[in-house]
Amino acid sequence: MTVNVLKEQPLVQIKQLKQYYNEGTRKEVKALDDVTFDIYAGETFGLVGESGSGKSTIGRAIVNLYTPTDGDIIFDGKSWSQRQSRKSKLSFNKEVQMIFQDPYASLNPRMKVNDIIAEGLDVHQLVRNPKERTERVYELLEAVGLNRDHATRYPYEFSGGQRQRIGVARALAVEPKFIVCDEPISALDVSIQSQIINLLEELQAERGLTYLFIAHDLSMVKHFSDRIGMMYQGKIVEIADSDTLYSEPQHPYTKSLLSSIPLPDPDYEKERQRITFKPDGNFFNPSNQLVEVEPNHWVYQ
Amino acid sequence: MNELALSVKDLTVSFQTFAGKLHALRQVSFDLYQGETLAIVGESGSGKSVTVRSIMGLLSKNTLVEKGEIRFKNQNLLDYTDKQKEKIRGSQIAMIFQDPMTSLNPTLNIGSQIIEVLEKKRAMKRQEAVEEAINLLDLCGIPNPEERITQYPHQFSGGQRQRIVIAIALAGDPEILIADEPTTALDVMIQAQIIELLKKIQEEKQMTIIFITHDLGVVANVADRVAVMYAGKIVEIGSVDDIYYHPQHPYTWGLLTSMPTPDLEGKLYAIPGTPPDLLNPPEGDAFAFRNEYALAIDFVQEPPFFEVRPNHYAATWLLHPKAPSIEVPEKIKERYNHFEEKIKRGDIQ
Amino acid sequence: MSHTEIAKTSYNEQILNQTSQLDDNLFTLDNRMKSAKNEEIIAPTLNFFQDSWRRLKKNKGAMISFFVIILILIISIFAPFFAPHDPNAQNPAWSNLPPKIPGLEHLSWFNGMSVNRGGALIDSYEQASVPEGVYYYLGTDSLGRDLLSRIIYGTRISLIVAFAAALINLVFGITYGIISGWVGGRVDSFMQRVLEILSGIPNLVIVVLMLLVMRPGLVSIIITIALTSWITMSRVVRAQTIRLKQQEYVLAAEVLGQPVYKIMLKHILPNMMGLIIVQVMFALPSAIFFESFLSFIGIGIPAPNASLGTLISDGYKTFRFLPHLMWYPAAVISIIMLSFNLLADGLRDAFDPKMKE
Repeated sequence: MTVNVLKEQPLVQIKQLKQYYNEGTRKEVKALDDVTFDIYAGETFGLVGESGSGKSTIGRAIVNLYTPTDGDIIFDGKSWSQRQSRKSKLSFNKEVQMIFQDPYASLNPRMKVNDIIAEGLDVHQLVRNPKERTERVYELLEAVGLNRDHATRYPYEFSGGQRQRIGVARALAVEPKFIVCDEPISALDVSIQSQIINLLEELQAERGLTYLFIAHDLSMVKHFSDRIGMMYQGKIVEIADSDTLYSEPQHPYTKSLLSSIPLPDPDYEKERQRITFKPDGNFFNPSNQLVEVEPNHWVYQ
Repeated sequence: MNELALSVKDLTVSFQTFAGKLHALRQVSFDLYQGETLAIVGESGSGKSVTVRSIMGLLSKNTLVEKGEIRFKNQNLLDYTDKQKEKIRGSQIAMIFQDPMTSLNPTLNIGSQIIEVLEKKRAMKRQEAVEEAINLLDLCGIPNPEERITQYPHQFSGGQRQRIVIAIALAGDPEILIADEPTTALDVMIQAQIIELLKKIQEEKQMTIIFITHDLGVVANVADRVAVMYAGKIVEIGSVDDIYYHPQHPYTWGLLTSMPTPDLEGKLYAIPGTPPDLLNPPEGDAFAFRNEYALAIDFVQEPPFFEVRPNHYAATWLLHPKAPSIEVPEKIKERYNHFEEKIKRGDIQ
Repeated sequence: MSHTEIAKTSYNEQILNQTSQLDDNLFTLDNRMKSAKNEEIIAPTLNFFQDSWRRLKKNKGAMISFFVIILILIISIFAPFFAPHDPNAQNPAWSNLPPKIPGLEHLSWFNGMSVNRGGALIDSYEQASVPEGVYYYLGTDSLGRDLLSRIIYGTRISLIVAFAAALINLVFGITYGIISGWVGGRVDSFMQRVLEILSGIPNLVIVVLMLLVMRPGLVSIIITIALTSWITMSRVVRAQTIRLKQQEYVLAAEVLGQPVYKIMLKHILPNMMGLIIVQVMFALPSAIFFESFLSFIGIGIPAPNASLGTLISDGYKTFRFLPHLMWYPAAVISIIMLSFNLLADGLRDAFDPKMKE
């Protein structure tokens, strides 16, 4: 997937984001350690890392579910610290939405599907009467590939893939510009994963959405993203175009991760050599930072 | 071909639920040969877990084995009493599960958990057992086993816990090891390590392994033979080369083409729809409603297994001589080409 | 276009023979998968309560209790229609009469006979010159008041106290618990420490203090009971709130911009409804028992009103001679408490979705 990354003001700017827990104590955890990157309008930015890398924390910090210890998030030119009024926060919620990982936990089991999807419409008062509300819900259901009569049903009646679609419809309801996809397919069966990915791609093309795609399946991230950020222990260690990251990885962690991915090809698997990564003194050097080694290719060194 | 280690014939299992009878397994048959790794691939509801739990005798109370047999050493495991099943569990057939967090007893140190198996199943005395436990931990890649043997599960990482689980499974010196999604809950790098460990163990102990997973990449790495399951039945079974380079069943094609590969251009294939309701399995081929290549007969009668090549069977009417020629997906054609080349080179008989 | 050739083996030949009868027409492409049938759901939709009710119906004990409770509730609410006499009407001439039920006089319990001081069995009604046709089904007490009517009205009072106390308990407990659980951090710690201090004060001490502050009566009893039982409710609610606030659908609501109070009402409360209902159902018999206990030790409902506890207390005084005055109120209280407990137990199982059959 190639989209022209316009060299203009990025839609989302993450600046030196830090999320420390139990700061100063022995149990200090640096979930995010000085993370900086930009996301441009219309692109899909993939964020990859293993557990503990901080990728989920970033997603939630961007939508303001966590308050960062330090650093700033600038969306559409406005810094978060400038958005303190209720109205300003609300307009942020309308522009930035999230799709969650667990289809069995992301829908309120006591609410009907139409109420789940229309919640955003109600909060932001985007419809004038119940009839319009129902119409919008039907539109959204059809946009994600479900039927109208699903609107009066409860989440327990749906499969994992269908529930994810409902989650997507809920996020779309407020017509956001930017959606954070927090491991949206990790909990789904293989044959359903591609359904959801294709749906997200279609929606992006139709509506001009920008995505932050957080996942641990590098193959899927490469397929779906324009650019990828590789995370390790709270830091971004490499940023590049998907193709470049895959074919010319620079950071030793990236190389190691790529060499560990099994592919559905037995002959390739027989030949594959895994590279191990051991973080050494070099990695923990405090003067390390992201350096642009080639145009648009940043490496932490 | 090596000797037969285990043979499953016509296994049909159902669950009694409040909504009716769930037909979890519908006439599943396959053979397991000594020293090989058989991978069972399938998605949720395919029946892969139920199959191995039937082998281990770990089915719950509301399960009904309607017919079939599991032949192990000239006996039918399904006829065994609970006591007999207990005896073979761990010592002849061992199993490791998906979640290392819940597979280990958090209140016992890891040494005790291994020694328990050694004392019970191999009648070892305490001193011998302790030594053997240390050996097993070492084999499984736990550093400083002499010191760490008295530690508790929570003091280990997820990957290490899975290694301990493997050590416990090996303690009984089983002939067959069943691994039910052992790496699904682990990170990619740890997954790779655990798979390397299993391969090493297999080589050293000539173990037979049944490996259950939904990840076709992992299967390509570990398996000798592959069985693809869908809706309680095996739809295709063959060697890795057969399944990856010469697949015949449209569901296998769907699985292979819906996975992104690094060189992939264009859209992913998405198998439409969702797996069927096993409370009322459809007549005919359960995959028919999601099958682009379905024939009229698929909705009426279940396809039999056709033998494609020696030891490669696929249950699809497309293989019947009367079936029309079809346009195989592009990416599958590429795989067929690769297969042709391998035959020409003599890599495959 | 291609068609894979299958191997020429005897196995395949066998298969082909078995399938040789099949019509050629069946081997044409049939692309039904395009239809929307795939995403259809056939089964009727059940909401949480309907689903739980279905499960509850299977529990015989719970269902019997349910109907018993309904029966008791109806009788108490429509007490004036059911009670044969005025519960407070004193009739000293006809005091201490044993139970007499027309039609059941052959049973020794309801024959109106009792043993006099001489040891002989006599007809007490005759002795007291009670006219024909006047029956006291469960006898009378020392002031000649009809026991059955007093029990019916007494049950009514006990239930009023229990429900009112449960209601107050509910409101306080939920509010305190939800705030403590949602806000977390230091506020939560503080609120919980306060609770611990409060729960350390023995219930009777609170009762006595309340009596000093307020006049003894229905209202003070209700408040007392509510004050001593809301703590459990708040702890349960707090635990549930902490669990639920991490659920992804709650996070989704936050991301959508829902204000906190709406999240509590729409997402958090409804998902702990089952637990709250069960808590209330268990709190009711506790309240009834506690009230009875207070009445029994004399600091409960003041005369002339009587609750079940007062009746037991009075009956206890003359138990050796007039056992019926204690047995019947005790039996009623036991049935009520047993029924509520069984129903609450059944509800807990019915609401718990993990109890999949």
